[in-house]
Amino acid sequence: MTAQDDQNEARKGWMSLLAKSPAQRLADLTGEITDWPGFEWLRPPEVGGVMVRGRTGGTGAPFNLGEMTVTRCALRLATGEVGHGYVQGRDKAHAERAALIDAMMQTERAEELRRAVLDPLETQLQAAKASRAARAAATKVDFFTMVRGED
Amino acid sequence: MYVAVKGGERAIDNAHDWLAEERRGDASVPELDVAQIREQLSLAVNRVMAEGSLYDPDLAALAIKQARGDLIEAIFLIRAYRTTLPRIGHSRPVDTGAMACIRRISATFKDAPGGQVLGPTFDYTHRLLDFKLAAEGETPRAATGEGLASEMPRITDFLNREGLIQDEPPCDDTPPDMTRAPMEYPATRALRLQALTRGDEGFVLGMAYSTQRGYGRNHPFVGELRIGTVAVEMDIPELGFAIEIGEITLTECETVNQFMGSKTESPQFTRGYGLVFGQTERKAISMALVDRALRWDELGEDNEGAPAQDEEFVLSHADNIQATGFLEHIKLPHYVDFQSELELIRKVRAEAQEAARQEAAE
Repeated sequence: MTAQDDQNEARKGWMSLLAKSPAQRLADLTGEITDWPGFEWLRPPEVGGVMVRGRTGGTGAPFNLGEMTVTRCALRLATGEVGHGYVQGRDKAHAERAALIDAMMQTERAEELRRAVLDPLETQLQAAKASRAARAAATKVDFFTMVRGED
Repeated sequence: MYVAVKGGERAIDNAHDWLAEERRGDASVPELDVAQIREQLSLAVNRVMAEGSLYDPDLAALAIKQARGDLIEAIFLIRAYRTTLPRIGHSRPVDTGAMACIRRISATFKDAPGGQVLGPTFDYTHRLLDFKLAAEGETPRAATGEGLASEMPRITDFLNREGLIQDEPPCDDTPPDMTRAPMEYPATRALRLQALTRGDEGFVLGMAYSTQRGYGRNHPFVGELRIGTVAVEMDIPELGFAIEIGEITLTECETVNQFMGSKTESPQFTRGYGLVFGQTERKAISMALVDRALRWDELGEDNEGAPAQDEEFVLSHADNIQATGFLEHIKLPHYVDFQSELELIRKVRAEAQEAARQEAAE
């Protein structure tokens, strides 16, 4: 794996996390940050649809399942870094925050943002997932063997 | 003689105002907000997303509020909104094998690895009205447990190992999209699945039920039913790699169907497939049964002439927005059409009476 692949993998990780994060939670977490860098829009936020595909039988040929709403934007910091925001739903401010964080994660402020924003988002996402899994686990069926006829 | 008229604007405006007042209902009762609908009428929201063919719980909840709970009207609102959205792209096919399941059951294998996980189901409720819900109560808390398997392998994979079930070989063909091109018959299976997943739940259920009652019987077992969340991944051209753009809840049903073989295929189990937005298991099971019934031709089965085997009949009547549009338009003014019918029937009647009079005179 090259250094570029590693970087892409890391970036994929935070962009995916930002896309799935609840808009309000991201707004709350970034509310503490006051010194946002200046930027110019490369693509102002726009709401659109993405056609979600599935596979026949789960593994076979693709088919179109239906669309989901997505908001995207792209911006460039005064220092040159380009940030992309792709988030689920129709919240333009959410996409803007995601793009800004994506750009700033490419600067020396990456560590600060990871601690202040990404780690808490990840923790919350994992907690929600664990809470669903725990409830599902409680509904798992234990079978008991009844008296069998052949004995 | 028909004279063209126009009018009704004031009546229409006032009808809209009254509609808004009726929508709100008794003002002494607190107003519902969209978040309440999204959280507490979530299965209605799921149905509107599935048949509206747009995954956005907030919009679906808003549509339900605006439509006063008329779900087909809500689906209509979502479909109309959907057409205004620029298409950003398409996702990679979702990996339902990696679903974080809240429910996963098999009617064919008791000891499926990963176990039988019931999830939040109505199945074992007694269907007795719960009057406690009519009173304000405490927030219920679900029990929690441990040890949910991190992986839930597909049930059909077990049968597949022995070659006992028809395979679904992966491929990456671009699927047809009925939202971009008119329907064409015969349809491919990919096109049929798209039409069925957004089809009316009642219609697809009725078609599926007809196969169980003998009109295109195909002996289904629910091999597996799973509900849970999957990540949606999309390739981002400007980045050169794929990211997850969100997470959606899906219901997937795979049926295992008896198949005694045909001229072209050896005896083995075959499959029907259902995949639907949201927690929508009645729809997903129905979809799988209808999908299987429509596969008679590729499997070399007989066409019994059953409605569920007729893809043009099924697919062109499954859409409740098309159906309701054509059905409900007949209540709108048809004054000119009817005027000509009236003239015609008067003329034919007069001729018939004249003929009868002459016959009597002779």
